[in-house]
Amino acid sequence: MNLDQDSVRHIARLARLALQPDEMDSYTKELERVLDLFAQLNLADVNGLQPLAHPLDQVLTLREDRVGESDPDNALLTLAPEAQSGLYVVPKVIE
Amino acid sequence: MTAQSIAQTAQDLAAGKVRSRELLEAALDAAERNKVLNAFITLDADSAVQAADRLDAMRSSGSDGLLTGIPFAHKDIFCTKGLRTTCASKMLSSFVPPYDATVVERLKIAGALLIGKTNLDEFAMGSSNENSAFGAVRNPWNRNRVPGGSSGGSAAAVAAGIVPYATGTDTGGSIRQPAAFCGLTGIKPTYGRVSRHGMIAYASSLDCGGVLARSAEDCALVLQEMTGYDPRDSTSAQRPIDQYSDSLSVSVAGLRIGVVREYFGNGVDSAVATAVHEALNRLERLGARIVDISLPNSAHAIAAYYVIAPAEASSNLARYDGVRFGHRCTDPRSLDDLYSRSRAEGFGTEVKRRILAGTYALSAGYYDAYYLRAQRVRRLIADDFARAFGEVDLLAGPTTPTTAFRLGEKVDDALAMYAADVNTVATNLAGLPAISVPSGFVDGLPVGLQLIAPAFQESRLLNVGHQLQQTTDWHRQVAPQ
Repeated sequence: MNLDQDSVRHIARLARLALQPDEMDSYTKELERVLDLFAQLNLADVNGLQPLAHPLDQVLTLREDRVGESDPDNALLTLAPEAQSGLYVVPKVIE
Repeated sequence: MTAQSIAQTAQDLAAGKVRSRELLEAALDAAERNKVLNAFITLDADSAVQAADRLDAMRSSGSDGLLTGIPFAHKDIFCTKGLRTTCASKMLSSFVPPYDATVVERLKIAGALLIGKTNLDEFAMGSSNENSAFGAVRNPWNRNRVPGGSSGGSAAAVAAGIVPYATGTDTGGSIRQPAAFCGLTGIKPTYGRVSRHGMIAYASSLDCGGVLARSAEDCALVLQEMTGYDPRDSTSAQRPIDQYSDSLSVSVAGLRIGVVREYFGNGVDSAVATAVHEALNRLERLGARIVDISLPNSAHAIAAYYVIAPAEASSNLARYDGVRFGHRCTDPRSLDDLYSRSRAEGFGTEVKRRILAGTYALSAGYYDAYYLRAQRVRRLIADDFARAFGEVDLLAGPTTPTTAFRLGEKVDDALAMYAADVNTVATNLAGLPAISVPSGFVDGLPVGLQLIAPAFQESRLLNVGHQLQQTTDWHRQVAPQ
């Protein structure tokens, strides 16, 4: 299946991956082959079959809705590359 | 080099013939001697020494279990509190989790002695362990061959005799294929049987924790400690757990084993097929009934898997944004630049390839044609299994089409690498338990026999594996030192 670089650029943008120009070439070629693999799904006869999202058609279990301690020591925040005053720091979003 | 069973080692420990500290020193020496295999990303010798002394003390006070004080390794995909967990990615190269995965917690309670974290394909995406930011792993049977993947470091560490067992995860064959390539027994239990809490996510509807060891008996002992309901995993199974060791000695007489015709097609090496038939002959001599059976939709499994797994991966890996944890690029110009460059720098080639493929499959205009259709094919495949289990008790075939391939052989051809998963991905799509057991050798390289059971019949798989291992010695062969 043919895929142009604009489509790959669009997908990379959706996935928030800043691809280098040399990567664009190779990913475009490889994704064309991956799409050929995807196209093999058309060989299967799935008439009348419901999608199976989860093995064993599992039903999600519910737990009791009870308040617990999630991160008492702020351990999660200390994992952040940049944090300040209990908050995550990111580049300015609103000009 | 020890090929001793876990039960025997536990007995020696209990009898005071050996101490944990000595077992640990032997394991660390073996790890050092086998450094060239690159099986470990992190060795935690200092903590292990302290733990060994503590466990030795505990044992002398009489409070211990079978795994107490016996060294083992975790695949570096399980979060370990205070111990770096990388998932073989630059993205997590300095990630130190603030909590233990449930599997880690359970084995800790059992007194298991963790020596380190094993190498893997980045985020478990791969079948050769060549997609690791920490370098490829080598196969102990032949160092120019791959150990398989993604649990390649765990397989190499056990096959080289460094540890008697190691944990693994299996999303499309990542326990069974390296077990087959390295001459080990590897079990992937039913989906939901082992908690996924703290197991770094790849494809959540397929991911499954399990174990690689030398024998089915060893696997039974370890799996027993790993399984069980966990409220922190919303897909955890709320079902009673069998006592796996109890069923090991049950006779296989009268058991109906269906040999899956399709698993011998698709480029399966004829010598591999012959080796697998030899193992089936042994089971027949033990009284099992070997019958021919078909899973007619097997050919569609690879396509369905390589739509569903990357689609789930693209969603799961969205969490790596350079904000909350993991790699962050320098001098981001904007929030968008921060996301896009942190992700581009932190992820390796195969991970990016699967994120792109998965994003494509889920994107507007393609969702029905790819993702939804793949899920209907998934139903087709699950129905195949259900039909087959109406006629037989277990299914069998070669775990892999070939023995371990050469390092570099498929690394530039992603599609050829995907195709090698042909006999393993279907069981993940259907959520079924499966085991790979040693089934002889071809040109000095191990072959694996795969057995698949109906949901929650792990004990049957371990039983048949154990019975086979009572009459064969393939699992006792050790890799050349």
